[in-house]
Amino acid sequence: MDCPNAFSTWVGLALTGLVLGALYAMIALGYTMVYGVLQLLNFAHSEVFMVGSFGGLYALLWLGVQGPRSGLSLVLTLAFAFLVAMAFAGITAVLLERVAYRPMRRRGASRLAYLIAAIGASLFLSNLFLLLDGERHLGLPFDWPAIAGRAPVNIPDVLERHELFQILGVSFTNIQLLIFVVAVVMTVVLDMFVRRTKMGMGIRSVAEDPETASLMGVSINLIVTTTFLVGGLMAGAAGLLYAINFGVTQFNLGFIPGIKAFTAAVLGGIGNIRGAVLGGVLLGLIENLGIACVSAQWRDVIAFAVLVLVLMFRPTGILGEQVGG
Amino acid sequence: MAAAAARAGDVRSGIRLRFRAQPVWVQALLVVALLALAASLPHVLPPLTERSNYYVAILFKVGLAALLAVGLNVVVGFAGLLDLGYVAFFAIGAYTYAILTGAVAFTLAQRERLPNAVELIPEFHLYSWLIFFVAMAIALLAGVILGAPTLRLRGDYLAIVTLGFGEIVRLVANNLRGVTGGPLGVKSIPHPAINLGGLHYDFSINNNPYYWLTLILIGIAIFLVTRVNDSRVGRAWAAIREDEVAAAAMGVPTVRMKLLAFATGAAIAAIAGVIYASQVIFVSPRTFSLLDPTFGSFIVLAMVVLGGMGGIWGPIVGAAAMVFLPEYFRFLGDGRFLVFGAALVLIMIFRPQGLIPSRRRAAELTGHDIREATLFDVQHGETPS
Repeated sequence: MDCPNAFSTWVGLALTGLVLGALYAMIALGYTMVYGVLQLLNFAHSEVFMVGSFGGLYALLWLGVQGPRSGLSLVLTLAFAFLVAMAFAGITAVLLERVAYRPMRRRGASRLAYLIAAIGASLFLSNLFLLLDGERHLGLPFDWPAIAGRAPVNIPDVLERHELFQILGVSFTNIQLLIFVVAVVMTVVLDMFVRRTKMGMGIRSVAEDPETASLMGVSINLIVTTTFLVGGLMAGAAGLLYAINFGVTQFNLGFIPGIKAFTAAVLGGIGNIRGAVLGGVLLGLIENLGIACVSAQWRDVIAFAVLVLVLMFRPTGILGEQVGG
Repeated sequence: MAAAAARAGDVRSGIRLRFRAQPVWVQALLVVALLALAASLPHVLPPLTERSNYYVAILFKVGLAALLAVGLNVVVGFAGLLDLGYVAFFAIGAYTYAILTGAVAFTLAQRERLPNAVELIPEFHLYSWLIFFVAMAIALLAGVILGAPTLRLRGDYLAIVTLGFGEIVRLVANNLRGVTGGPLGVKSIPHPAINLGGLHYDFSINNNPYYWLTLILIGIAIFLVTRVNDSRVGRAWAAIREDEVAAAAMGVPTVRMKLLAFATGAAIAAIAGVIYASQVIFVSPRTFSLLDPTFGSFIVLAMVVLGGMGGIWGPIVGAAAMVFLPEYFRFLGDGRFLVFGAALVLIMIFRPQGLIPSRRRAAELTGHDIREATLFDVQHGETPS
């Protein structure tokens, strides 16, 4: 194993790991909240993330972004893109709940059935975007719009990447700062929402004991829908940030980050919002520092190995799980 | 008795009761006749349908898929464990065969253009048949190693762990070039052959012998698995499915029983992997991804779930459906999976027990009182299934 000697390399890896972890944390929050309230592994959440990134793409295209912008124009562009991305993702998440999960809840479906339905929904969404390649599909008499498809789609360069400052000899770019700030702000807002607002109290109560909550007058359906919506909003923001950071998006963008975000949620303690954040950051660090000494192709294996090991030896996660009955 | 059951509208139980009512030799004869019918399909179907090559190739695929489905049915249908990484054991079987027959060594030598590569051309010897058992043993071991610490987890967690394990196996096969041939795969995997004394039979590239071998193995697998399911192990599985805490309180060794199901499924998948590798000659990590349209974990799971869990015919019908239906939907092109995903959701909403479930499983999954199903059987002199 040839580990890098320079301290700055390690710092650089840790830094990018933290930023990656922030993205994982945002997606993980969606998984953890839905699991806390419904004890359901929302497999399709990874596709909600993907839809969010495409939403951001469409926003940028609609605004006619050709090259990097700056100043007020940049701020407004990004704000608009965020709104659209979050809207796309949030609506997808709510639709998912309404169309796929609620009928099953009504019929008292088993855990296995929920999981299979989630897999089906995930396949549906990702293949939907696979088909949006401008060709004719499904024997329909018209061409599907050409906005996605099999190949990666490039994101217009809205933000020119440049170094902002240096930390311990490693450059920290503006995009990394953006990701960090958005993640922190959204997480803090979510935390305040769950702990200080009435709706948040409703979510916590349903997560703890749905029967008693409904006896106390909490509308379970409303809470569930809100949970999905909030998770979707966060995933949408993460999707846009991911797209800006890596410059591309694709129909199967969600698969690997989705599993890693779930790993993060479990690592921190499923159902636990702070756990999801901690888990995300930790996973990002572990992944990046892990590939320091081996080649990058082992990155995913490290993440999956973390998943398997955590579930084997500490399934409740670091901060402990918070799941209702 | 059978007439009463038939009158009650339960066609399947009527057939089953009449079957069981026959003397044993008649039952055996019927089973043999069924097997003979299945075995004759490669010769019967082509003239009937005038599409010879198509059916011959498809039948082998269906056979392999059915074997995989029967194996996964033990894990998901009998023991109620959600295994999303089943393809990993399939891969273990295939790669074990590829490595032990020397195909990997040969492929690597060829790629590096070593001068002695020609000497390494893999051949199939008589003892190579033992590789079947070696592959099964390795998969059993892998199943136990994976299962021992994880099978005590909740269902959803187990699903994700197995998913992770499935991906790890594929990624390791992809990255460990020296052991598995890496992303470019392994070629020149030898076909099996029988060279015993005066009997010479070369499997070669023809699909039929593999199909018959798979049929035999399906028959053996079904026989063994149903015998096990009708025993204390099967009852333990049913108890664990319904209420694990109660089962443990009653003294059922839950982890051991779950491990048994898991390992059995793994062994069956490994055998399927060996047969697969020996027929297609070429194996690469891409085949063993979760989303592979024929043998991927999700597809095999769909075969079991949609076909009906816990019974014999459910997984087989599911396998046939999952192999044939995409062919009929070929006009959809890439949209097949779109329709497939939507179909999965709809079926889970409206008929979660699948097409041909065992009655017990159907009752469990639709939330009906299990006592209704078993009481009916007891009244008609049959033990609960």
